Amino acid sequence: MEILLFGIAKDIVGKSSFRFDADDLVPTSVSELKDRLKGSFPEFGKLSSLAVAVNSAYAEDSDRLREGDEIAIIPPVSGG
Amino acid sequence: MKGNMSIEIVDVIDTSTVFAELSHPHSGGICVFLGAVREFTDNEEVLSLEFETYKIMALKEMKKIAVEASEKWKLNKVIIRHAVGAKNVEEPVVIVGASSAHREACFIACRYLIDTLKERVPIWKKEIFKNKSVWVSAHP
Repeated sequence: MEILLFGIAKDIVGKSSFRFDADDLVPTSVSELKDRLKGSFPEFGKLSSLAVAVNSAYAEDSDRLREGDEIAIIPPVSGG
Repeated sequence: MKGNMSIEIVDVIDTSTVFAELSHPHSGGICVFLGAVREFTDNEEVLSLEFETYKIMALKEMKKIAVEASEKWKLNKVIIRHAVGAKNVEEPVVIVGASSAHREACFIACRYLIDTLKERVPIWKKEIFKNKSVWVSAHP
């Protein structure tokens, strides 16, 4: 399962994407993914907000993640 | 309405085409908001801004915002265009606009377009100062 990273999320992890492999415990929901991220990278817990997009739309914490979904971490947006 | 929407992410914003793009025989009013790079943030000199985006999602969100605006108000044309990459002081970075029969609808729609873009569209801005760079709004 590949996770895309943008903005400050890319800086926190140090790359523009990363993978959960089958051997890893692959997160099955948006909230599980967020918890895993905050556990591995405490900087995520200090952001003003943290959203996840599944297949290029904002997802709810309870939404399930499936292999093949396009998943992206959306740190606080600042366009305009 | 669909054919009368222009939603784009571009490298450079050309402000000279906007009137022609929003002009419509049924529109007596055209309203445009343009965002540009400001030289100072909290009295600190900004050298440049860098924008990045999750393009496929940003375009979807921008389109949703344009559709929402045209459902709320009677608009003849809508544009939402954002630039990405490095931008210097005074360069345009975003342009939104609407045209309508009378000015009221396009004024209020224009405000909705930019305010909602700033809330929802996955675009990120980094301010480059002399000795540091900061992702805007990342931290409370």
